[in-house]
Amino acid sequence: MPVLIPRSVDELVEVFQEHPAAKLLAGGTDYMVEVNLHGRKPEIMISLRQVKELSEWSMRASQSRITIGAGVPYADMEHGEIARLVPALAQAARTVGSPQIRAAGTLGGNLGTCSPAGDSLPVLAALDATIHVIGPEGTRDIEFADFMVGVKRNSLQPSEFVHSVSLPIIAGWQGYAKVGTRNAMVISTASACLVRDSDEGIVTIALGSVGPTIIRAHSAEAWLMKSASLRAGATLDPSVAEEFGRQVALESRPIDDHRSTAEYRRHAVGVLAQRLLTRSFS
Amino acid sequence: MSSTVAATGTRHGTLGTSASRPDGVAKVQGGFAFSSDMWADNMLWGATLRSPHPYARIISIDVSGAYAIDGVTTVITASDVPGKLTYGLIVQDQPVFAAIGDTVRYSGEPIAAVAADHPETCQRALAAIKVTYEVLTPVTNPEDCISGIAEQIHPDGNIFRHQRIISGDTSIVGAIQVEGTYEIGMQDQAFLGLESALAVPDSGGVGLEMYVATQWLHEDRKQIADCLNIPEENIRLVLGGVGGAFGAREDISLQVHTALLAMKSGRPVRISYGREESFYGHVHRHPAKIWMKHHADTNGKIVKIEARMVFDGGAYCSTSPAVLVNGITHTQGPYKCDNAIVDGWAIRTNNPPCGAMRGFGVVQACFAHESQMEKLAAAVGISPVDIRLLNAMETGDRMITGQIMDSVAPVAQCIRETDAIPMPPPMSSTADLRTIPGGTGLTAQPSNIKRGVGWGVSIKNLMYSEGFDDYSTARCRISDGVVSIKFATSEVGQGFTMLAQQIARTVLGVDDVFLDTIDTQVGSAGSTSASRQTWMSGGAVQAACRAALEQLFDHIATKNSMNRSELEIDRTDIVDRLTGQRVAVLAAIQGVDIDCTEEYHHPATEDMDENGQGNCHVAYAFVAHRAVVDVDPELGLVKVVQIATAQDVGRVLNPLSAMGQVEGGIAQGLGLAVMEEIIVKDGKVSNPSFTDYLLPTFLDAPVVEMVFIEEHEPKSPLGAKGIGEPPCISVTPAIANAIRQAIGKELPRVPIRPYDICL
Ligand SMILES: Cc1cc2nc3c(=O)[nH]c(=O)nc-3n(C[C@H](O)[C@H](O)[C@H](O)COP(=O)(O)OP(=O)(O)OC[C@H]3O[C@@H](n4cnc5c(N)ncnc54)[C@H](O)[C@@H]3O)c2cc1C
Repeated sequence: MPVLIPRSVDELVEVFQEHPAAKLLAGGTDYMVEVNLHGRKPEIMISLRQVKELSEWSMRASQSRITIGAGVPYADMEHGEIARLVPALAQAARTVGSPQIRAAGTLGGNLGTCSPAGDSLPVLAALDATIHVIGPEGTRDIEFADFMVGVKRNSLQPSEFVHSVSLPIIAGWQGYAKVGTRNAMVISTASACLVRDSDEGIVTIALGSVGPTIIRAHSAEAWLMKSASLRAGATLDPSVAEEFGRQVALESRPIDDHRSTAEYRRHAVGVLAQRLLTRSFS
Repeated sequence: MSSTVAATGTRHGTLGTSASRPDGVAKVQGGFAFSSDMWADNMLWGATLRSPHPYARIISIDVSGAYAIDGVTTVITASDVPGKLTYGLIVQDQPVFAAIGDTVRYSGEPIAAVAADHPETCQRALAAIKVTYEVLTPVTNPEDCISGIAEQIHPDGNIFRHQRIISGDTSIVGAIQVEGTYEIGMQDQAFLGLESALAVPDSGGVGLEMYVATQWLHEDRKQIADCLNIPEENIRLVLGGVGGAFGAREDISLQVHTALLAMKSGRPVRISYGREESFYGHVHRHPAKIWMKHHADTNGKIVKIEARMVFDGGAYCSTSPAVLVNGITHTQGPYKCDNAIVDGWAIRTNNPPCGAMRGFGVVQACFAHESQMEKLAAAVGISPVDIRLLNAMETGDRMITGQIMDSVAPVAQCIRETDAIPMPPPMSSTADLRTIPGGTGLTAQPSNIKRGVGWGVSIKNLMYSEGFDDYSTARCRISDGVVSIKFATSEVGQGFTMLAQQIARTVLGVDDVFLDTIDTQVGSAGSTSASRQTWMSGGAVQAACRAALEQLFDHIATKNSMNRSELEIDRTDIVDRLTGQRVAVLAAIQGVDIDCTEEYHHPATEDMDENGQGNCHVAYAFVAHRAVVDVDPELGLVKVVQIATAQDVGRVLNPLSAMGQVEGGIAQGLGLAVMEEIIVKDGKVSNPSFTDYLLPTFLDAPVVEMVFIEEHEPKSPLGAKGIGEPPCISVTPAIANAIRQAIGKELPRVPIRPYDICL
């Protein structure tokens, strides 16, 4: 089986266009499991490791946005500048697998797989991330909400790949919380990312593992805007947090499976919403 | 023969010191050859075709497609088995392969095996074998088998064993009564070193050599020989490097398949399971349902116990009858009780077969009786500690089987010493969120958490029971200045190889002890299970070394004109007590040739009668656990903060190893308490992987504070009791009791799932 190793974005565009059936390989922490455990047999692979540009990140202060390359591993998001600028992403990154997985696994891989349990995805959803995609037709930007279209399905076209993800730097509070039956290295049974932009007085919340895609609880967000002041210095009535949790739970669409029950997932995501909102005020 | 080895100070490497393991460095550095690392020239790979259905009749099997694939040399099915068509530890009811016309009785049952030039070729060959099934409705509820409404799924019937215990005056009624129905889920042994075997046929086609990761070489050899229809002497079994066992390697898994493929192909064959196949390839801990009712007087003294236990043994017998007897004979736990009615069932269903796992039936019984003790304490209005102290068993007590407790039985001391271990500090309001329930998921603040404390105390039988003579053999040779020890004891990670060296160093006064290959070229050592090898094989190694020492003394007394009857070992010298004359052992063993093989047998036991009466167990060990658990009541997540434990060990032979057994056992018991379960639905396993069969990680592991109670056991050759199983037994109910105390719910089932706590 041939493995192509492009060394620049241009080369990558070229080889992927030439071989639209090729499989992209970043950290391999999802795909190699497919190969080894589920008998997936790729005909040709493109390794992304040598495309340096994909593993870079940058901040443009003027636009107060951060751009993170698709090949940046979780280990690089857990601490340091990225963690300071996007703490929710750092928290999500820390919950992924074990140190070995975090050293290899990437944002691009999480987006490529697009599992409802992907831990970075609620953060991207809550922050209204923009996904920069490059393909034969050039570059396009996709809002996260339009990127993930179903369970393990995204809107990438043939020979398109994720180049990077851009996120706003928010003044205020943000946090990610994930429920699993073990205290580390566990697939989430329910998760949530809450962002409180205290300049704009807006709270957004995105839910993982409680529906076929990441769910933004828009109705609960809107209700909260009407029911409480969300700006810096405001205080929160505990009953508002409780009602917010209840409303968020209602917007979830969980299922029963061997990992948990729909009832528990719905309940848990409500508790997370309530706690994250409360945390954002403390 | 009940005296213990004389302590000769603390010469490093002898008994009582933390001697290091001969295989330790290689294991840590990656140089140790596990059975899955083995390789032979001209080797073929083997793989097994398994039934996807829990219950189905096999209409036809067509293997021609497999033979059509390049690189496939051999395909075998039931019709290729030359000898006995079935195997099993107690009853041989498990088919080597399910045959045409017969039924498969569990999802994962072997139907055929192939040998080919590459594992990938094997996979293609398996896919090319065509099996047609008539799919039947599986029997999955043991109660349907007891009531008789279920279809009989095997000619031997659906009941492996029904045994009751009737003890004392069963008409007694206690002023205080507590009862409950408890459920224990199916736990997996989850060893890390997956099943693997390499079979090398001899050139004449009459026998073979096999390297296999197993718990009992001689028992495997017997079953393989029966199925191959060749004499046992024509098979040499060598222990392949074993990466953990916990009971899962007591039964045959791939041994017969590998041997058959090697014999038929005439080439070396290796089969190695992957993790998913491992879940189907070995037996698990029995799921069980246990009803118990305790009668006590108003002070809380137990006057009678009623119980009914149902163990789901799955499709084939394995050790189900023995597991059942362990369960019911431990109904009373480590407490005095004169009167009892216990009804026990081990049942055949179309669920995965169950058998041995660390704790062997006692885990299930203990979860029930320790849940009951907490209820009893509450009903009487005394503390969990006081109710247990009040009822604590002592040496000399008569048990519900009529057997007199003649082991050292420091139950009260275990409880008191556990109680004396300081409690952990309360959770700080600024605790690192990763250390509280939810861990790295950051789901809670300290203010969301409630803390509970729970107790569990247990009794565990040691060695095999019911008349079984599970003896051990060892050979000690002194040849040209080299001391070597040989045994067939499976080293599965427990450290027996290290212990054997410690014993030899202590008895013989040498520092270097060579360990011969672990294989069947010496007598049986019995199984590495039932907390028995330190006692049994330790006893055999000690006996062989002592016999060799006697001959060495004969030799040296004559040679150096020393007083034969006055010779003893003092550190590394032979000393004449009368004259003070000394000879270094190292000098004394030059030029001698001594070869002694000894067997160690434990005192005989007997079968139980129809009322469950009889001296069925050899000896017992005890342990107490106190769990401190933090619980998030709203999300149902937990973190076990601390386990305090005092364990009756007889004597600590290697402190570091003892600590390892305790910490490891506690992690395994914690797993059963809050996360480890093979989920079976309609006879099918839905989580055969470590993605979904969750084991505790470092962040789930508690701080363990341990005390060893060292009252030498006079019956034991080294004064030591087996310490492998007790740590995992009562820790499970201790954790459950702590969670119950924290949130005030009954929680009658383990593993306790998040939704059991919060919904
Ligand atoms: C033990 C273990 C634990 C895990 N725990 C977690 C966890 O807790 N949380 C979690 O979210 N995930 C977890 N995962 C899954 C995995 O680690 C993550 O999804 C990770 O983000 C995948 O990244 P990768 O670089 O390894 O992807 P790869 O395996 O290399 O690729 C995954 C998919 O994405 C595609 N892809 C990769 N890069 C791109 C790109 N730039 N553009 C388009 N498509 C691309 C690939 O073609 C492939 O289809 C775990 C995996 C393992 C093995």
